[in-house]
Amino acid sequence: MDLSAINPVILVASLMVASTPILLAAIGELVVEKSGVLNLGVEGMMITGAICGFAIAVETGSPTLGFIAAALGGALLSLIFGVLTQVLLSNQVATGLALTLFGLGISALLGQGYIGIKPPATPRIDLGPLSDLPVVGRILFSHDLMVYVSLALVAGVWAFLRYTRGGLILRAVGESHDAAHALGYKVILIRLAAIAFGGACAGLGGAYLSLVRVPQWTEGMTAGAGWIALAIVVFAGWRAWGVLLGAYLFGGVTVLQLNLQAAGMAIPVEVLSMSPYLITILVLVIMSADRRRAAMGAPASLGRVFHASS
Amino acid sequence: MSVKSILGTAALAVGLASAATAQDDPLKVGFIYVGPIGDGGWTYEHNEGRLAVEEHFGDQVETVYQESVPEGADAERAITQMALQGADLIFTTSFGYMDPTINVAQKFPDVKFEHATGYKRADNVSTYSARFYEGRAVQGYIAGQMTETNKIGYIGSFPIPEVIRGINSAYLAAKEVNPDVEFNVVWAYTWFDPAKEADAAQALIEQGADVILQHTDSTAPQAAAEKAGDVYTFGQASDMAEYKPAPRISSIIDNWAPYYIDRVQAVMDGTWESTDTWGGIGTGMVGIGEITDAVPADVKEGALALKERIGSGEYHPFTGPINRQDGSQWLAEGETATDETLLGMDFYVEGLEGEIPN
Repeated sequence: MDLSAINPVILVASLMVASTPILLAAIGELVVEKSGVLNLGVEGMMITGAICGFAIAVETGSPTLGFIAAALGGALLSLIFGVLTQVLLSNQVATGLALTLFGLGISALLGQGYIGIKPPATPRIDLGPLSDLPVVGRILFSHDLMVYVSLALVAGVWAFLRYTRGGLILRAVGESHDAAHALGYKVILIRLAAIAFGGACAGLGGAYLSLVRVPQWTEGMTAGAGWIALAIVVFAGWRAWGVLLGAYLFGGVTVLQLNLQAAGMAIPVEVLSMSPYLITILVLVIMSADRRRAAMGAPASLGRVFHASS
Repeated sequence: MSVKSILGTAALAVGLASAATAQDDPLKVGFIYVGPIGDGGWTYEHNEGRLAVEEHFGDQVETVYQESVPEGADAERAITQMALQGADLIFTTSFGYMDPTINVAQKFPDVKFEHATGYKRADNVSTYSARFYEGRAVQGYIAGQMTETNKIGYIGSFPIPEVIRGINSAYLAAKEVNPDVEFNVVWAYTWFDPAKEADAAQALIEQGADVILQHTDSTAPQAAAEKAGDVYTFGQASDMAEYKPAPRISSIIDNWAPYYIDRVQAVMDGTWESTDTWGGIGTGMVGIGEITDAVPADVKEGALALKERIGSGEYHPFTGPINRQDGSQWLAEGETATDETLLGMDFYVEGLEGEIPN
């Protein structure tokens, strides 16, 4: 065993990169669920975002355009779900699962011509002297733009839900759509907007995988990341900072266990392999152990069908 | 699937069975894949084999396949469904389908099954595999001379004999040409998860490995190596030529097409029997992809000579004296490993560090 081979600074920096796709998808899903909609199609929206972003980045040579396309692609796909569940009142669970299957299929179709191609590199942001600071520079100031965007999104969602009138309305819709409707808020429109936001975030998360983290296109490359994002929203008690903690924990333990294995740590590999799932769930459950607060987190109308006449 | 269509396919299957596959019916050949056919590695090559069967037999065969079938309980459902749809011959192409294949085969005695890389057979179940370890020896030979840090990273999938064999074979060959070489093995516990494979490669590179061998199916480790620069990799299962000339400096290519065509022909002729096939470099089932110019000419020459000697049967990658990891003797001077011990290999050879998970 040679633990000195693990450089903690590089470890933290790579855990931030490893966690970003899940974080982006989870923060989007948080907003969707706060509006009272359960969209199980995160995996499908992520993989669609992954191929949309990849294809556009390759065609135009610009990763930025790729990310924009990924957000649009994810949002577009999520709106199919939105129209089906909000306007046509289909079952949210079944429609969400169908969306995942659809997303996996259509991404494989779109991706036919993109297997084995390398995307244009996403540059790291040059923050000048800040990046040269010891330790902190490598951890905080030498990432690509999307890492900062994901962190800004978490802060933005937190502030929006907590301090703004819009956030209050969104939460009201999620808690009691009938009351919100009676007050004159457009429940369906608000939910459609939330769903589109969730889809855009999931799309960004997928594109981060295909453009930065892996970077290449392979069918089924999200390999379950969307489901992890869904679980993290629940275990984080529908709180934005909880989602950040959950995603970084999951990504962090995943990276750490691979590093420990590479360093020849004398812990059984089976234990190391399941540790990301176990530790993330454990920590988040302990954090939301206060039952009253946890109960407040779950939107009361989550997954319920809304129709103005009922 | 509705009840009606289940009954429909069941009736169809019964109908087919009772008609004893009339001569003018095309032979229906099914394939169960563990990953997507676009994985660029393992499943991609099996699918190339399927396409070769279609091309060779034309209208005489009809092929069906299912991608990304998880290893485990769901595999049994997928194989059963394929048998119910009237497949006459089914190839199940991953180690984890072993028990499901045997179970389904018991229920469909008239359907022929071919399971890749397993060791359980029945009257209607054959097994086939390739001697990937022969290719691993060539990889190890190159890797041992390409590394400057003397640290070689190895991304393992699951701790099964096939993977352990590969690690041992590569290590022995690398050690032979570079006595200071060290192997760091990371178990990813997946055949296909690009993000995780990329992370594993990243972790190995950060800890000083400058050559990465992989026994997982995606090209993600190649991409990670390319990003890091100065790191060399090898294509796994497929050529992975898009990463030529570096980081990918050579590859092991699985070529299943001749075997698949043979077996389909055997079913058509009625000569199909349960067999155990283990082809290597000699029979062409294992190919070595182009060794690129990133490799010095003398190393390349030596690697090709080694490949030649293995292919002709002159040299066996497991030739004694070889000790087990605990120092006990495995093979005496000049002794070569039997296929039986290779098929059940569950130990590291001397010099490798770390433990094999159970």
